[in-house]
Amino acid sequence: MIKLLGEYLILLYEIFKRPDKGPVFRRQLLVEFIGLGVDSIGIVAIISVFTGAIVAIQTATNIDSPLIPLMMVGFTTRQMMVLEFSPTMISLILAGKVGSRIASEIGTMRVTEQIDALRVMGVNPANYLILPKITVSMLFNPVLIVFSIVLGLWGGLIACVVTGLVATPDYIAGLRGWFDPFTITYAMIKTVVFAFIIASVSGFLGFTVEGGSVEVGRASTKAVVASSILIIFFDLILTQLLLV
Amino acid sequence: MILVENICKTFGENQVLENVSTRFEKGKTNLIIGQSGSGKTVLMKCCIGLIEPNQGVISFDNRPFSSVSERSKRSIRKEMGVLFQGGALFDSMNVEQNVMFPLNMFTEMSLDEKLDRVNFCLKRVNLINVNHLYPSEISGGMMKRVAIARAISNSPKYLFCDEPNSGLDPKTAEVIDQLISEITEEYNMTTVVNTHDMNSVLQIGQSINFLYKGKLWWTGDKHSILNTDNQELKDFVFSTELTRRLRK
Repeated sequence: MIKLLGEYLILLYEIFKRPDKGPVFRRQLLVEFIGLGVDSIGIVAIISVFTGAIVAIQTATNIDSPLIPLMMVGFTTRQMMVLEFSPTMISLILAGKVGSRIASEIGTMRVTEQIDALRVMGVNPANYLILPKITVSMLFNPVLIVFSIVLGLWGGLIACVVTGLVATPDYIAGLRGWFDPFTITYAMIKTVVFAFIIASVSGFLGFTVEGGSVEVGRASTKAVVASSILIIFFDLILTQLLLV
Repeated sequence: MILVENICKTFGENQVLENVSTRFEKGKTNLIIGQSGSGKTVLMKCCIGLIEPNQGVISFDNRPFSSVSERSKRSIRKEMGVLFQGGALFDSMNVEQNVMFPLNMFTEMSLDEKLDRVNFCLKRVNLINVNHLYPSEISGGMMKRVAIARAISNSPKYLFCDEPNSGLDPKTAEVIDQLISEITEEYNMTTVVNTHDMNSVLQIGQSINFLYKGKLWWTGDKHSILNTDNQELKDFVFSTELTRRLRK
C-alpha cells in the first residue's frame, strides 16, 4: 500500500511538470474537454432531472405532519442536490464513466507500447497524457455539477406540477428559503477534489498496467472502485472540515 | 556510433544480460540476433533507455546515456527514431498526425513545412493517399511503414527497430528490410535492428551481434555467418528446414 502511494506520488510529480510544448498541451485540453466533459453532459442531465424529481416526490409523500409546511419539499430538494447529490453522486457516476475511460485508454496505450514510443521520443508521457485530463476534469466538473443542481431542481418542480403533491409557489418558496451561499462553495470544493481523484487515480492505474487486455480491463475496474472509495472517504473528511 | 560496454541486467534472480560489450557503427545496419529469451530485446531497451542496466555504460557518439538524469537523456532521445514491434502508432491520431507528432513536439516548423515533411516521409516509405486513415484502417505492413516514416520524420541520427518483420508475410518483410537498409545509407544513420528472422540477417546484416543466454557470443557480418564454426550460432542459423536444405 505504501509502495503504491509512493508510486502515485512520483507519477504526480511527473504529471505536474511544465508541458513540453504549449500549443500541443492546449490542443490536448480541447480534445479532453470534448471527450471527458461535453460527452458527459447527457448522462448527468438525465440522472439529475430524475433524481430531483424523485427527491421531491419522496419528501412530499413523507411529510405527514400538518405542522411542516409544504415549502419544505423545495428546501429539501435544494439542500439534497447542492450538498450531496450533485457533487458526490454525480462524481461517483463520473468515476464510472470517465474513470474507466481514462484507465482503459492509457492502459491500452501502455500495453501497445504507445507510452514507450512517447518516452523514447523524449516526451514526458505522464505529463502529456494525464495532465490535460486532470486539468479538464477540475475545470469542467464544477460546470457539470452546477448544471446538475439546476436540472435537479427543475426535475423536482416538474414532479410537483405533474403529481400535484406540492403547489409551484410553495416549491419555489422552499428553493429560495434559508439559503446559505457557502453550501455552493462547499459543493464546488468537493467537486474539484473529486475531479482530481477521478482523473489522477484512473490515470495512475492505467499508466502502471503491465500485461495485456485482461490487465487493462482489471485496471479499468480498479479505477472505478478506487476512485469511488476515495470519493466517499474524502466526502466524509471534507464534510467534517467544512461544515462542522 | 553507439558504444555498449559491459552491460549487465538482472530481473530478480534471472541474469538476462552478462557483460555485453559491442559497438553499433554509423551508416551501417547493425543487427542483434538470437533465440527468444537470449536478451536481445532487453539489450535494445537498455539502448533506448526504457530499461536501466545494473552495470555498464552506453554512449551515443561519446555522450553517456545510461545512468544519467532523465533530462540529460532527453536531448539524445530527440535524436532517436524507434520502430516498435507492433508499430506503436497512436490510435487516436491518423497517419498524418502520427508522422507529424515529433515535428509538433520538437520543431518550430510552420504547418506547411510540417505537411511537406510528412508527405516526403510517407512518399519515402511508398505510402501515398493514406494521410487521413487511422491505424485501425491500414494493414500490418502499412503500419510498419508509417512507423518508419514517423521514426525518420525528425531526421534522427539513430534508428532502432524491434523485430520489424514480425507478423508480416515474406514479401512485405523484404520490403521493410530493404527500406530500413536504404534509409540507413541515405541518412547515414546508426541503425540497430533486433531480429530473429534469417532472411533479414542475410539481406541487411552489415554487422551482426549474436546473443546467447545473455552473453555476446559472436560478432560478424552476413557473409561470415554462414561459414561460422560457432556451434550455438550454427544451431540458430540452421534451425529451420529451409536453411538446412540450403546448406546441403
